[in-house]
Amino acid sequence: MTGRRIALSVNGSGHDVWVLPSDTLLDVLHDGLGLADVRYGCGEGVCGTCTVLLDGEPVSGCLTLAVQAAGREVTTLRGLAGPGGALHPLQECFLRRGAAQCGFCTPGMVLTALDLVRRRLARGLGRPSREEIRYALIGNLCRCTGYTKIIDAVAEYADLAAAGTSPPAAAP
Amino acid sequence: MVAPAFDYAAAGSYDEAVRLLAAAGEDAKILAGGQSLLPMLNLRLARPALLIDINPADQRQPSLATDAAAGRAAAGHGAGTLLRLPALTRHRVLLEHDLVRRWCPLLAEAVRHVGNVRVRNRGTIGGSLAHADPASEIGCCALAAGARIVARGPDGDRTVPVSELFAGYWSTTLAASEVITDVLIPTARPRQGWSFHEMVRRTSDFAIVAVAALVELDERAERIAAARVALAGVADRVTLAGPELLAGLAGGAAEDIDAAAAAVADSLRPASDVHASGSYRRRLARVLTARALRQARARATGGDS
Repeated sequence: MTGRRIALSVNGSGHDVWVLPSDTLLDVLHDGLGLADVRYGCGEGVCGTCTVLLDGEPVSGCLTLAVQAAGREVTTLRGLAGPGGALHPLQECFLRRGAAQCGFCTPGMVLTALDLVRRRLARGLGRPSREEIRYALIGNLCRCTGYTKIIDAVAEYADLAAAGTSPPAAAP
Repeated sequence: MVAPAFDYAAAGSYDEAVRLLAAAGEDAKILAGGQSLLPMLNLRLARPALLIDINPADQRQPSLATDAAAGRAAAGHGAGTLLRLPALTRHRVLLEHDLVRRWCPLLAEAVRHVGNVRVRNRGTIGGSLAHADPASEIGCCALAAGARIVARGPDGDRTVPVSELFAGYWSTTLAASEVITDVLIPTARPRQGWSFHEMVRRTSDFAIVAVAALVELDERAERIAAARVALAGVADRVTLAGPELLAGLAGGAAEDIDAAAAAVADSLRPASDVHASGSYRRRLARVLTARALRQARARATGGDS
């Protein structure tokens, strides 16, 4: 159970961190690097509050070992911010639609929805339907909103992104 | 919930994984996608001393192979072409890859029901089969499709039909120092139809009962020449319906399908648990089997109902 030093790239910054083999990526991001936008929810990969992008793909921070992220690019919600900390257009849609209440699930919702829209547009499939948005977000639990406004926000962003008025931000 | 301490070793090849397994014995577990293993660790349902990470061992993509190249004729499926899925093929790839969608549409469709986006990004077909969950959609389809796995051990590779892989709840017939490297699936054939149905309380939950069916028509596309039905959630392992139970299907009439589905359900003795009673599971098995056989037959004739 010897610890080891690994190089993590998080939101574009390099970090040298000392980890145990059994440390999850969630442990290191939240407790080690103080990233409060990656959150412990269930520890089983069901709730989605620890969602991060690993080389651009959503994964559960609680089901990924920190050592497995060495040498790969990790993006958390705050990695989506533009210059000067400007909100991502999808975050603006969440605000405009009132899609966050307590906010605990919001980082995971935003990252998962962004992946959905990016992937569909990249594959030439066009904007996702509301049913497809629901399906993509099935692994992100929200105990406040009842989901409707979250789906409204993602649908609005998908329209903007598909129309090119708000290109889906380049993969970080 | 915090996982118990364990050690970690990255295997750069399957051979290295086998060496590490052989040295560590029963205290080691292979880490593939980790979407079942890590929850078990976080819940402390498993306490391995060592995780052997095979993710660095394989970068291959799905491909087609001839049966001869794969080493054996596919029992019951004749000679033909195989879809070769490297063990580390992620569920997301099964869902989206053109070869899988074209040559094993049953699997591509069923994977929609597995977990959530994050599970599908990390989870692998080899890991899913090695985990041997009795409610596994992937195990159910592999069984219905007559798939085989290639297992590497200290003495080299051997091929195991999936029908001989599962040994009970979360256990397989693999030796402690064997690791799955490939899954070989006989490709879809002309006049063959497929269907997958499951009952869940919420999308992405484990199946209460799942049914995968393949139906192949004769050369005149009139009678059913062969049918295979596999079920999940009805026993201590995913289960292939006995061929004798489907023998009366040849004419393919609605009442023949209903009779076969009833015979399949009657052959099962599902346990009761917190999710469903055994008798409800048996009823689901009958209804879903009939539904799957009807749809598979319709698809075999070119219909799409």
